[in-house]
Amino acid sequence: MNIGIRDLFLISPELSVIVLAIIVVSLDLAVRRKGVVIAVAVIGLLVPMVAGVSVWSDIRTTGADTAFNGALVVDEFALYFKFLTVTVLALLFLSSSEYASRFHPFQAEFYGLLLLSSAGLMLLPAAGDLITVYISLELASLPVIALAAYNKTRLKSLEAGLKYLMLSAVSSAVLLYGFAFLYGATGTLQLVSFDPAIPAIGQMLMNGESSIPFGGVAVMVGVVLVVAGFGFKLSIVPFQMWTPDVYEGAPTPVAAYLAVASKAAAFAVVLRVFYTGLDPVASDWSLLFAVLAAITMTVGNVIAIAQTNVKRLLGYSAIAQAGYLLMGVAAYVGSGPDPELGIEAVLFYLAGYAAMNMTAFFVVMAVTNRTGDETIDGLAGMGRRAPLLAALLGLALLSLTGIPPTVGFIGKLFLFNAAINADMLWLAVIGLLNSVLSAYYYLSVVRVMYLRESDNPIRITLPLYAWAALAVTSCAILVLGLWPGGLLEVARQAALNLV
Amino acid sequence: MLERLLILSAILFCIGLYGALSRRHVIAVLISVEIMFNAVNVALVAFSRYVTPAALRAAGEVTPIAESTLLAGQSFAVFVIVVAAAEVALGLALVIAMVRTKDSVDVTEASLMRR
Repeated sequence: MNIGIRDLFLISPELSVIVLAIIVVSLDLAVRRKGVVIAVAVIGLLVPMVAGVSVWSDIRTTGADTAFNGALVVDEFALYFKFLTVTVLALLFLSSSEYASRFHPFQAEFYGLLLLSSAGLMLLPAAGDLITVYISLELASLPVIALAAYNKTRLKSLEAGLKYLMLSAVSSAVLLYGFAFLYGATGTLQLVSFDPAIPAIGQMLMNGESSIPFGGVAVMVGVVLVVAGFGFKLSIVPFQMWTPDVYEGAPTPVAAYLAVASKAAAFAVVLRVFYTGLDPVASDWSLLFAVLAAITMTVGNVIAIAQTNVKRLLGYSAIAQAGYLLMGVAAYVGSGPDPELGIEAVLFYLAGYAAMNMTAFFVVMAVTNRTGDETIDGLAGMGRRAPLLAALLGLALLSLTGIPPTVGFIGKLFLFNAAINADMLWLAVIGLLNSVLSAYYYLSVVRVMYLRESDNPIRITLPLYAWAALAVTSCAILVLGLWPGGLLEVARQAALNLV
Repeated sequence: MLERLLILSAILFCIGLYGALSRRHVIAVLISVEIMFNAVNVALVAFSRYVTPAALRAAGEVTPIAESTLLAGQSFAVFVIVVAAAEVALGLALVIAMVRTKDSVDVTEASLMRR
């Protein structure tokens, strides 16, 4: 056990986020003007960015490195998600400062909790053993429980917090039970040492019947429980019940954070655990994920059609999108051609999904903050009342549907391509049919905005920094849609770390 | 011996899961979740005691990584205990907030959004 300066250097992005959280919360006690606190929080996020860049340039020359005796793996895959998380957080701070003013005098704690949670999200994709997975998962989700219930006098918000707490606790317990079985089957908690261990020890322990899926009862039980545990975090069917309730009840910035940052990190850790740790039994879990992907997108899309609350609609849309992303996870080809294709597609789509979903959430946040009306009908006449906001929401929804030239189209194309590459044509076909189905409810929101008149005269204005955040996310939708090459190359390099 | 411990752990886990899904009182749900965590701890410690040496014998040699994971299960259990305590603390805070707002701690009453 030796921990040196190098270990601290390798986790400097996370450390600086945690320090920033402490600074923001204590600064709030000293300064009266809340604008200063927000400015510090946003500008302070440059520090983890710079730290991330220096770690990145370091590992580009020396190759991927591990910290704390293998507890953390710092490679381009992990750094990809660190940059994504910090960027999402900065944009979220910019756009939610107006919304957060309703939490007065507890705004600083709101930012502090978001920062702490994102430190967990940044550690998660870098996890090298199961203890790190668990600790970072809890570091990421405990602050979100408090945040979901942040409107603590509003019963809906409390209910969201309570539901998220219970489901997160139960799912953690299920996940841990799965970890215990994996540990029992392999004798180790480190993901890299799983590799040779699983088939040999799993079979040795449980009388070696090769007819059992996953090569042994202990591994099978472990994998199924782990999939169920992660299923809650990814909101895949049948573990999706909490998603719409929490999205509807939680403050809108928190729902955006859950839908974007939290989901990205959860996919990252699933990729890490399954591709580096459990790839000896990949043929079994890839089929499991493929079936779950098909069910998840279908259920998400079908239930979304009936929704009337716009935040709930985005909740079901998030479930459906998780289904599409799961296609990429399922597309395991092992030593076949282009083994990185599935991971690459997931990484690219997660970045694009962050851009389009944040645009949608930011516009919804702006509108509902003014009108107090969360129904889809409340968006009527937006095309006239707030033409630019309506156009941006329309763009985000077109992208979520997957219509060119947006990033949603390119991203889905790569996901379908990955599925076909892994001999799962049926899955790609189901994905395609689902995209058509989803057009119905995404475009019906656009129709309400432009074609339905409203007698509601409230004009919707936004502060300048919220416009800045919206400009970044909406430009990202178009730029990544038209010129995906650069990000794809980065995603490919990151994906190659796992195959 | 490992089998008996695993059966105990499975029974505990099922009791906890049943309680977490069926009880209506928030505190009862929290207690059930705690039982689930403890079932995990029993399994982890049992595996740590019985499986790791077997894994080492199968490998034929005590590699540095294997040596450092000898007690991994037990240290994992300690982490689980700590985090579970944090989770319960947060749960109780929510319960207090809920009692102040609604004067009830019934989960089924927290169902404004079901439809």
